[in-house]
Amino acid sequence: MKKIVGVFLILSTTTAFMLPQKKAAVSQPTLKAAIERGKTVYLQRCMACHQMDGGGVPRLNPPLDGASKVKGADKVYLIRTVIKGMTERVEIDGEYYDNNMSANADLTDVQIADVLTYIRNSWSNKASVVSAAEVKAARAKIK
Amino acid sequence: MKKRVLLSLMLIGATISFVAANDSTIATVKKEVADPVNAGLKIPGGFSASVVADNLGRARHIVATQQGGLYVKLERLKEGKGIVYLKDADGDGKMEISKTFANYYGTGIAIKNGYLYASSDQDVYRYKLDDKGEVIDAETPQRIVKGLWDKRQHASKSIALDDAGHIYVNIGAPSNSCQEVDRTKGSKGMYPCPILDSAGGIWQFKVDQTDQGYHNGIRYATGLRNVVGLDWNQQQNKLYVTMHGRDMLYTLYPEMFDTTVSAELPSETFYAINKGDDAGWPYVYYDHFQQKKIQSPEYGGDGKKAGGEKAIDPLVAFPGHMAPNALLFYTGNQFPEKYKQGAFIAFHGSWNRSPLPQEGYYVVFVPFKDGKPNGKWEVFADGFSGTGVVKNPRDAQHRPCGLTQGPDGSLYVSDDVKGTIYKISYSSK
Ligand code: HEC
Repeated sequence: MKKIVGVFLILSTTTAFMLPQKKAAVSQPTLKAAIERGKTVYLQRCMACHQMDGGGVPRLNPPLDGASKVKGADKVYLIRTVIKGMTERVEIDGEYYDNNMSANADLTDVQIADVLTYIRNSWSNKASVVSAAEVKAARAKIK
Repeated sequence: MKKRVLLSLMLIGATISFVAANDSTIATVKKEVADPVNAGLKIPGGFSASVVADNLGRARHIVATQQGGLYVKLERLKEGKGIVYLKDADGDGKMEISKTFANYYGTGIAIKNGYLYASSDQDVYRYKLDDKGEVIDAETPQRIVKGLWDKRQHASKSIALDDAGHIYVNIGAPSNSCQEVDRTKGSKGMYPCPILDSAGGIWQFKVDQTDQGYHNGIRYATGLRNVVGLDWNQQQNKLYVTMHGRDMLYTLYPEMFDTTVSAELPSETFYAINKGDDAGWPYVYYDHFQQKKIQSPEYGGDGKKAGGEKAIDPLVAFPGHMAPNALLFYTGNQFPEKYKQGAFIAFHGSWNRSPLPQEGYYVVFVPFKDGKPNGKWEVFADGFSGTGVVKNPRDAQHRPCGLTQGPDGSLYVSDDVKGTIYKISYSSK
């Protein structure tokens, strides 16, 4: 039994080790640092509404934990949401939310990249990093 | 041949209905059994609580009929319907769904002089009741008010009625503090706040006119960010309201407020309203520590500067963000003397206190004498959340939202998470 667990551990650590190497060009320490910085931004700017655990508030503010768009590939949507805020009545994963989301145009490209990297890699979320260059490019297109 | 079949069918039918009738006679002798755990609620000694209905959907405000029925307004349609009518047909102390109707969702519901009034987030309707307290024509209500602002935020329309043929409708401000860009750091407060022309107050309409709108309503009171609880006090012949105070002092002004102050402030406020009153939103908020109205930071405030000289003061100021969603003056004879004419307030529970634990999720009692609070407020019924500390509002299993008094003087509380209706009664034995 012990042996099996041991083999399994070795296997899973190997795969865990291999995955980030294959997927992203960003090294683990860089990702960790971005998440740490992103968390600081999150606590100041987002936590009030989306809550510490990313669970949101029923009917008011959507959860970020597990949200399909937060984990999704459309980074421009996420960047735009942070910069412009959100005030339209839209369906998010089958629910509607009544609150308005703040605009955060005053945050730097790095801060926006960090906070998005944080929400994409916290709680149960696991998704690719958002880079400052991506924010810069998207911001130029957002009026 | 055909005749014989018909006859035997009729016979079978009669037998079935006979059995059914028999069944319900048996049912009427069912006794109301006391709930040994008081539905999980913590209530004062001598009181008992039970769940009378469950899983109704997002049950917002409720109103009891004189005959013991209960109308429940839903915030989201359930099977296409927005109002549930409950009654305890078999006398077992549980209420069954007797009827569902109305094709609109919303919060407000009230009964006055033989009519049921209910609101969507834009309109107010009324239905004539028969002598059993039941809606006569559920399909074609009279729309008495239409076209009120519905801009998502604070869109629910709570209602109350006076004895002079008026209905009072809350129109919540679709904004936190009337900033140019809502809830956004660095965005200035608009002056004068243009929202106040159409929202952020209580509007008065006639009960019996069709399709009234802003043009023939009266802005009865202003400077009220979002009132969800309101009640007409018969004894004082006056409107009383509970307001949801602004959010996000820390998020918007981290240089002035820390997370602890931002969790406690501003106060949730309880006002007596006279025609023409201004409660000061968005220019001021109330601070129960300094016991004064403080100028909002969006309007040059610094957390200390007083303001709102012309604005009214609250009767009671509660800790921040607890969300007072229903107000009810107790006029029954069942509860002990101290509760008479006092106010019950259902707090929906906060979300804007994190990283601190959330607060509220209970029903509070405020003793009253001659229309004024007469002693400190106290938690009357607690335990709705079903968990010790609520970190995230989503952890709460139930959240109090509506209150009504039954004909026997019992208090009903609705919950809009699971759609549970609680009944709280007192027995001196
Ligand atoms: C004032 C409350 C509030 C604050 C502060 C806030 N949000 Fe939001 N957020 C919302 C609301 C409400 C929505 C949904 C708006 C709608 O439905 O129109 C939303 C939507 C989102 C979405 C889209 C979710 C989806 O699944 O489509 C993302 C991503 C998001 N917020 C991230 C953030 C980040 C990151 C921050 C901090 C920089 C933040 N929010 C701050 C209230 C807030």
